[in-house]
Amino acid sequence: MSETQTNIAARPWADKDATPFIRIKNVTKKFGEFVAVENVSLDIYRGELFCLLGGSGSGKSTLLRMMSGFETLTSGSIEIDGQDMAGVAPYDRQTNMMFQSYALFPHMSVEKNIAYGLKRERIAKAEIKQRVEEIISMVQLDQFATRMPHQLSGGQRQRVALARALVKKPKLLLLDEPMGALDKKLREETQFELINIQESLGVTFVVVTHDQEEAMTLSTRIGVMTDGEIVQVGEPREIYEYPRSRFVADFIGSVNMFEGQVKEDADDHVIISSPDAGADIYVAHGVSCTLGQKIAVAVRPEKIQLSKARPNNARNILKGKVDEIAYLGNLSVYQLLLETGKRVRVTQSNLSRVGDDAITYEDEVFMSWSGGAGVVLQS
Amino acid sequence: MSSPATPRKTKLPFGSFLERILSKLGLRGRTLVIAIPTLWLFVFFLVPFLVVAKISLSEAMIARPPYSSIWNWDDGVLNLTLNFGNYLFLLEDTLYFAAYMESVKIAFVSTVFALLIGFPMAYTIARSPDSRRNILLMLVILPFWTSFLLRVYAWIGFLKTNGLINAFLLATGIIDEPLIMLQTDFAVYVGIVYTYLPFMILPLYANLVKLDDALLEAASDLGAKPAMTFLTVTLPLAVPGIIAGSMLVFIPAIGEFVIPALLGGPDTLMIGSVLWNEFFSNRDWPVASAVALVMLAVLVVPIMILRKAQAASEGASQ
Amino acid sequence: MKNRSIFLPVVTGLGFLFLYAPIASLIVFSFNESKLVTVWGGFSTKWYGELLRDPQILGAAWISLKIAFLSATLAIIIGTVAAFALSRFPKFRTKSLLNWMITAPLVMPDVIIGLSLLLMFVAMQGLIGWPAGRGMTTIIIAHATFGAAYAAVVIQSRLVDMDMSIEEVALDLGAKPMRVFFDITLPVIAPALVSGWLLAFTLSLDDLVIASFVSGPGSSTLPMVIFSKVRLGVSPDVNALATIIILIISVGIIAAAIQISRSGKKLGN
Ligand SMILES: Nc1ncnc2c1ncn2[C@@H]1O[C@H](COP(=O)(O)OP(=O)(O)O)[C@@H](O)[C@H]1O
Ligand SMILES: [Mg+2]
Repeated sequence: MSETQTNIAARPWADKDATPFIRIKNVTKKFGEFVAVENVSLDIYRGELFCLLGGSGSGKSTLLRMMSGFETLTSGSIEIDGQDMAGVAPYDRQTNMMFQSYALFPHMSVEKNIAYGLKRERIAKAEIKQRVEEIISMVQLDQFATRMPHQLSGGQRQRVALARALVKKPKLLLLDEPMGALDKKLREETQFELINIQESLGVTFVVVTHDQEEAMTLSTRIGVMTDGEIVQVGEPREIYEYPRSRFVADFIGSVNMFEGQVKEDADDHVIISSPDAGADIYVAHGVSCTLGQKIAVAVRPEKIQLSKARPNNARNILKGKVDEIAYLGNLSVYQLLLETGKRVRVTQSNLSRVGDDAITYEDEVFMSWSGGAGVVLQS
Repeated sequence: MSSPATPRKTKLPFGSFLERILSKLGLRGRTLVIAIPTLWLFVFFLVPFLVVAKISLSEAMIARPPYSSIWNWDDGVLNLTLNFGNYLFLLEDTLYFAAYMESVKIAFVSTVFALLIGFPMAYTIARSPDSRRNILLMLVILPFWTSFLLRVYAWIGFLKTNGLINAFLLATGIIDEPLIMLQTDFAVYVGIVYTYLPFMILPLYANLVKLDDALLEAASDLGAKPAMTFLTVTLPLAVPGIIAGSMLVFIPAIGEFVIPALLGGPDTLMIGSVLWNEFFSNRDWPVASAVALVMLAVLVVPIMILRKAQAASEGASQ
Repeated sequence: MKNRSIFLPVVTGLGFLFLYAPIASLIVFSFNESKLVTVWGGFSTKWYGELLRDPQILGAAWISLKIAFLSATLAIIIGTVAAFALSRFPKFRTKSLLNWMITAPLVMPDVIIGLSLLLMFVAMQGLIGWPAGRGMTTIIIAHATFGAAYAAVVIQSRLVDMDMSIEEVALDLGAKPMRVFFDITLPVIAPALVSGWLLAFTLSLDDLVIASFVSGPGSSTLPMVIFSKVRLGVSPDVNALATIIILIISVGIIAAAIQISRSGKKLGN
């Protein structure tokens, strides 16, 4: 892994003494009887690009709107930069928000849209002009400065919305599905642009998204939300490699889940007897569990090797038949059928061109993975 | 940020100017926003009804204003003299009951005709191509913007004994004797249907335009004949529109005064005209007030039905 | 299938004929030489001349225009404020009362509105000495009240349709609520303000019944004068007047419709 991963200064969340920039403490939001956000506690650090990731209706936008002051908290507190934000109106907060719909003022040109927030600060005209020009060229909209919003493409509108929020030099920028309205290709380009802008300005970003790939690409850390709760917070790698629940494992990427019972519980490994797999599964790390406890093992599709011949020294070996193959160019996805009736998904990189010995439909093959590949999930 | 030492002149836009004044008065903008329309409507819409209710319980007098007071102070005791005589009078004199019945009958018949004419029109407009739809819709609304009084007046020229319709029918030999149409109930029906047709068409249109082509195709695909499709798919979906449109014709028709006054005959007795005469000719304010309150009572149920239908079609569109 | 395709256009065509034939006849016979409104006596514009020399009609028209202008302006202010309160404030104590009061005039018969307002004006004069008698002021108040109801409906539907996040974003950028209203909300709902104003204006110009109740000596409106004329039978100068009114209104409405659909496109609706 790269050095930045081990560098404490770039990972303040790994430092017990670091002061968080945003402290969300036991926040709950109810709409009538309905609980949209439930007892969320979360620390976000200065300079982070934090992603709130979750399905539709999981409460991401509501949490974001509480940070920007559009929703009041039912209980709990939010502190930004050491200040309790209760009772502070949106127009008095040094945070800015970029809306999912971009919410450009339809009756103002690009320039006027961007200058609107600065004019509210009673800044000298010349300075406003200069700052607007700077930000316009930063988001590459120079030729469009005098256009009206309805004369812009989706990508251009998104950049106006971003510029309008950034020109205020907020301490914190909140972005609700910033790429939600863009098509896939444009979205990928824009993701890197967004990271560059964030790094060069050093503003703390909190981004809401339902797209796990986007969250993985953008973020320093991800908070996974479901049903109004944050179920796991961590760096993208951590979330992917060490999901803490069946929900997270399943939500981020695809995964093979084998249900079973703890058969052997040692300090450095556990063995799970899994009727799903039709075999015992060896996991090379200790787990605090009891014998006989019901448990699941999650194995990512790319961590499984396929071979026609039985591998010699793998910890876990299963036998199955090829049911489906999807050729995706850089890799192929295999759907394998075990004797127990369970289906297993395996991806293999297409390192060389397809040869004669390639695995094909109906072949009997062996799946194997190392002891470190599987993750035990207790909930 | 400009430093406070060098105050710059900033032009105060209208918004913040108002804000300053308000904050000086210690008023929050929100309170004011609620208070302005609430107070206005309270004083000029709600209180007048209470005044009508009060006067309907007093006695007509030759005085200024021409009615008795229902309360007076006697040695610090408030005396309330309620006089239900006006309501008893409405019950005793069959003229009033007949006028209410006649109004309901005329409003009902007119509503049925407006529906029979309005439904095919609304259906056609809703089913026509986008480009033509807006023009047709505009054509429905346009007469509504031109003077109501003058449009009713135009029918006098049409319906008179020596009017255009008779001239046409006589010239083509369909009739030998001119028909007597003006100053009959028939003329009142024509006037009401004519005036309120847009009110029938618009809610019907709003419902029918949401009717998906695919739905009709699905129905006929499932073997429904056109008539069957109409009865089982189109009509049920249009019910909120039918109810709303009908009530929007029925309710104003009940209280109509101008149409019976211009087109109706001496025995077209509608309650709006009765109220008018009671007030302007007989100068009996208490009886006029009682007539108004009973008219309101007649309208309560239709108004509630209208509200429900409107809520239903709003709910369906979301 | 076959007969339905004939039936519908025929009924629709007849329906439009029914809507427009009376209006057309008004216009045609305004150019009739003969005083008999339904017999064609040759082309003439003499009724227009007669109309323009009729001080009673001209005076009433002037009064009506003044009343319509002032009451529509008042109506749009009250209607906008009411619509804003109802669509933007989550809840307040008098919300359902306000909602009821702003929609009730739409279904209330004119005779009741007219009578009740007059009785209240009389009672108020007895109590506090205002309004001193009936006249233009009382008509303006009456028309503003029911005009506000219509204006509020038009504006409220626009306010509800409008993307509310543009108001939130303005707050977020540091604008106080009242600024947001003047900078953002008002410009975006401007087309609805125009149609609401026009609606209140025409309704005022058109009203006979309410004005008859609350008017006083010397404040006869145009509809009141027309009504007293046509009660006695058809008169060609009324046709001439009708033609002028219809012409002005049609041009105004079509221009407004084009303007609104254009700015509607610009505002992304
Ligand atoms: N103003 C509101 N009133 C009532 N329910 C709301 C409101 N805003 C959001 N909700 C509900 O709260 C839940 C979470 O909404 P939201 O935070 O927008 O989800 P997400 O952004 O994750 O899709 C949803 O079920 C939504 O219906
Ligand atoms: Mg959302």
